[in-house]
Amino acid sequence: MSAGKQYIDFYQEVRDTIAARSSAEMNAQREPALETFSAKGFPSQKVERYRYVKVDADFSPNYGIALTPLAGPLPPYCFSIKDAAPHARVLYNKVADATDSIVALNTMLCVDTLVVHVPRGTRVEHPIQISNILKGDQDTMVCRRILIVMDELAEADIIITDRAASQNRFLTNQVIEVVMKDGSHLSLYDIEETHLLCTRYNSVFVQQGRNSSFRHTNLTLFNGHTRNRLDVLLQGEGSEVTANGCIIADKMQRVDNNTLIDHQAPACQSGELYKYVLDDSAVGAFAGKVLVREGAQKTKSQETNANLCATSSARMYSQPMLEIYADDVQCSHGSTVGQMDEAALFYMRQRGIDEQEARLLLKAAFITEVIETIPLESLRDRLHVLVDKRLRGELSKCEGCKLCK
Amino acid sequence: MLQINNLHASINGKEILKGINLTVNDGEVHAVMGLNGAGKSTLSNVIVGHPAYEVTEGSITFNGKDLLSLKPEERAHEGIFLSFQQPVEIPGVSMVNFMRAALNAKRKYQGLEPMPAGEFLKLMREKRSIVELDSKLASRSVNEGFSGGEKKRNEIFQMAMLEPTLTILDETDSGLDVDALRVVAEGFNKLRRPESSAIVITHYQRLLDYLKPDIVHVLIDGRIVKTGGPELATEIENKGFDWIKEEAGL
Amino acid sequence: MGSDKNSFVREVAEKKYEYGFTTNVETDIIEKGLSEDVVRLISSKKGEPDWLLQFRLDAYRYWLTLEQPTWGHLNMPPIDYLSISYFAAPASPKTSKDGEIDPELMKTFDKLGIPLEERMALAGTAVDAVMDSVSVKTTFREKLQEKGIIFCSISEAVREHPDLVREYLGSVVPYRDNFFAALNSAVFSDGSFVYIPKGVRCPMELSTYFRINARGTGQFERTLIVCDDDAYVSYLEGCTAPMRDENQLHAAIVEIVVKERAEVKYSTVQNWYPGDSEGKGGVLNLVTKRGHLRGAGSRLSWTQVETGSAITWKYPSCVLSGEGSQAEFYSVAVTNNYQQADTGTKMIHIGRNTKSTIISKGISAGKSQNAYRGLVKVASTAEGARNYSSCDSLLLGSQCGAHTFPYMDVHNDTAVVEHEATTSKISEDQLMYCNQRGISTEEAVSLIVNGYAKEVINKLPMEFAVEAQKLLGVSLEGSVG
Repeated sequence: MSAGKQYIDFYQEVRDTIAARSSAEMNAQREPALETFSAKGFPSQKVERYRYVKVDADFSPNYGIALTPLAGPLPPYCFSIKDAAPHARVLYNKVADATDSIVALNTMLCVDTLVVHVPRGTRVEHPIQISNILKGDQDTMVCRRILIVMDELAEADIIITDRAASQNRFLTNQVIEVVMKDGSHLSLYDIEETHLLCTRYNSVFVQQGRNSSFRHTNLTLFNGHTRNRLDVLLQGEGSEVTANGCIIADKMQRVDNNTLIDHQAPACQSGELYKYVLDDSAVGAFAGKVLVREGAQKTKSQETNANLCATSSARMYSQPMLEIYADDVQCSHGSTVGQMDEAALFYMRQRGIDEQEARLLLKAAFITEVIETIPLESLRDRLHVLVDKRLRGELSKCEGCKLCK
Repeated sequence: MLQINNLHASINGKEILKGINLTVNDGEVHAVMGLNGAGKSTLSNVIVGHPAYEVTEGSITFNGKDLLSLKPEERAHEGIFLSFQQPVEIPGVSMVNFMRAALNAKRKYQGLEPMPAGEFLKLMREKRSIVELDSKLASRSVNEGFSGGEKKRNEIFQMAMLEPTLTILDETDSGLDVDALRVVAEGFNKLRRPESSAIVITHYQRLLDYLKPDIVHVLIDGRIVKTGGPELATEIENKGFDWIKEEAGL
Repeated sequence: MGSDKNSFVREVAEKKYEYGFTTNVETDIIEKGLSEDVVRLISSKKGEPDWLLQFRLDAYRYWLTLEQPTWGHLNMPPIDYLSISYFAAPASPKTSKDGEIDPELMKTFDKLGIPLEERMALAGTAVDAVMDSVSVKTTFREKLQEKGIIFCSISEAVREHPDLVREYLGSVVPYRDNFFAALNSAVFSDGSFVYIPKGVRCPMELSTYFRINARGTGQFERTLIVCDDDAYVSYLEGCTAPMRDENQLHAAIVEIVVKERAEVKYSTVQNWYPGDSEGKGGVLNLVTKRGHLRGAGSRLSWTQVETGSAITWKYPSCVLSGEGSQAEFYSVAVTNNYQQADTGTKMIHIGRNTKSTIISKGISAGKSQNAYRGLVKVASTAEGARNYSSCDSLLLGSQCGAHTFPYMDVHNDTAVVEHEATTSKISEDQLMYCNQRGISTEEAVSLIVNGYAKEVINKLPMEFAVEAQKLLGVSLEGSVG
């Protein structure tokens, strides 16, 4: 509770300011959130879903907290919560896990919500891009909230990128809620490319209706400490989810992915593929639970976590879990931690490719499997380039900056 | 071109090669024959610098350079190409990227600029046709999902791309049917330049029928115990290895 | 086919647990309850030396500071530790010198098919039988003594080989390890002790048969196996209990020390009373088993067939310290009716080039819950460590649960750790195919389940494999549907 107190004090100081700048839907949730957060504080590592993160330490530093509503022109289909359609904005905080402290903290302090609302039957031609750029002249905490509402039969691709434009410490607490009504399709890409001083807590909650399909791709290309939580509730029969992740981490970076796929309805399918390449003293963690509830017959689920550790100081924690209460199911998971294929390395050297280059090619090849699953060709090509640059240490963020030397 | 003197090598502390002497001159094709476990593959692995093998004694010079002091990739740049007995699969690395990396690494070593993409793709197409390698295979990951024959064809295709001066064919005939063998061997013959040399490692006569070696060596228990002309291969095909063992007093 | 299934289910639900009889022997039971005095009483009844009493008291005091763990995927009934008797023994066993034992007892073990008499030599197994808390008889003593092998009850070992016991007791599972380990260390009553001297290959399977008989008692046995350099032993453990409508507590510890190039095989067929078809009664099986592969090139394999108990909480583990040591864990866990199992293993890789294999097969039926929980940890010192884990679950019925909770913590880049898991059911197509070939549904299920578990059953010594196969059939009957 030590680090938590500063946030409670801060909230009590600025609650009126926040309320004045915010909307009725959001303000209505603040006090219950305060209660939850005051009662629970930050979760310790004994809490199963926070086993591999040090929440208290991450939230301890003294940050300035940004309290500004959304400003400027927004991308198509995007609104400030005040301008969003009533049937969309009432969904605020309905899907997120309100009992979770990190979510409660966000609900308490967040001033505005970006609502992405795709109306019934609408097929959005071009991907909707949401760029978050962290910039400031002091260490800043940002509470960001996004609510995505896909009405019946709506289709869209959304690309969210996180970048940092100044070399301060940043702490992001982002909550994304996604409501997918029957027959809707959404691909959500989340690309993080920040720097070593950035800490990010990102919690994504998805609720899926009948025959909806959701694709989530999480790419951590550069970061400091990152915690990504993804909870998908398959509530409608015949719904599908694909959740993939590609993580490249070195130096002292930490990346924790914690997923829950909750099969509540029959005949749903889920697939997960998370791949990590860890170098230097990076720490990676993947914990993914697939829960098949009683009655969720004809469930199909496949979960794969594969990891490449390139140094002896890199660490990987892998924990794929199956919890199954229905019998007519096909579920499997696999997890591997290993290193580079020495035979492949030698084969490449015999063909004249030097060792360093060969290692790089093999790392890129390892990650490629995840990127190849992306249906958007232009994004796929871009990511191949980004991954290659990242592995060569040439990502723009790193070019000549003092931090990464 | 290649001089091997009194070469001793071991793996996991076990000595496999026990004093090999072998000289290959420009333009020659040598065959190395012997039973399983005689050290044939060890010899080829040591020449290309496989890290699992330790050279305990002796020397190898290649065009005047001390080969043993070079890294595997530098040996490749110097013009040594090994067609592996079992080419490894490398998922996720496309043949195009792989070949481009290999070719440009060699060009860099020679002080040349990287080959422009258009020119490179044209070269790929040209060389591919020589070994009748399907264009679909070239667009896949290195060796991934290739049949045994396709892998061997892919090796010869890579040889065509890299134009080595010394090619080592390690049991290239194993696992190939007669047609595949013919395609690989004819591809090899078409690609060979008059000054380039080859070492052909094999159990059997059948590959040698196509490749026409100038000199045939018999390797037994880590040593070359007999050297002769092409007729030696035929003799072995008919009589086996035992008579050579007896002759050598083993 | 539906009605067929139902009648089959009914028929089998009425089937009784075969080992559920009680034995009418006079039993010496101490008062219910747990206190320092009780710990002292147990120790004095057994005539123990001071150091052992101190060990018990330290454990008891530490236990008082702990709370019962709740992390298992188990719905555990509250256990009143004060309403259990911590010591029960058949009155005055082993009175005569030549090991004559109470004929009633003899009958019990005969019913269970355990060869206590040495005339059963054909079975080729040396047996130590533990009834309630006291070791009743150990067979084949002399033959083993010739080779310098010590196989006796742990109480006897405390008397006759105090230095050995003192050196190793608690060295693999310290009393501070967990709640149940602390409890056992305070009140353990008996169990087996095995010592295989350097270079000796134990010529026969050693076996302990555990039986809970008395009402309102807990069983807290303790097994200690020390296998010295270049020695080998195969050890079997079997368990049964009578049918009681209350829960009975069983909190055991098994410690194994494996020295240089030594090899230990430990096989368990656990068939404690699982409770009735309504989930009433049954043994709470809360066990800590661990082996320490101390020596270079040492080997340890755990094989378990778990068909009984209302609740199973056990994770036979291996600490691989010795360079190049190898550990294996093979498990079949079957749960039916209201049984709950949370079982698996821990493989802790510390030494270089250590290797472990985990094969786990879970079979759930009825309204049972069956979880695999396992940890593979590779310490930064474990260069070149290898682990392969495969955990499969088979579901028979739509009201049971099958869960897989593997943890992998890898702190070394030269390690290769692989884990695979699948969950599936017996397909209608498979059953139909068997039916069409004239095989009944229940027979087909039994065939398929045995085929499924074969990889593990094959690891058991012959006599046990046959027993295990029969058990699989019995515990699963009535589960088709």
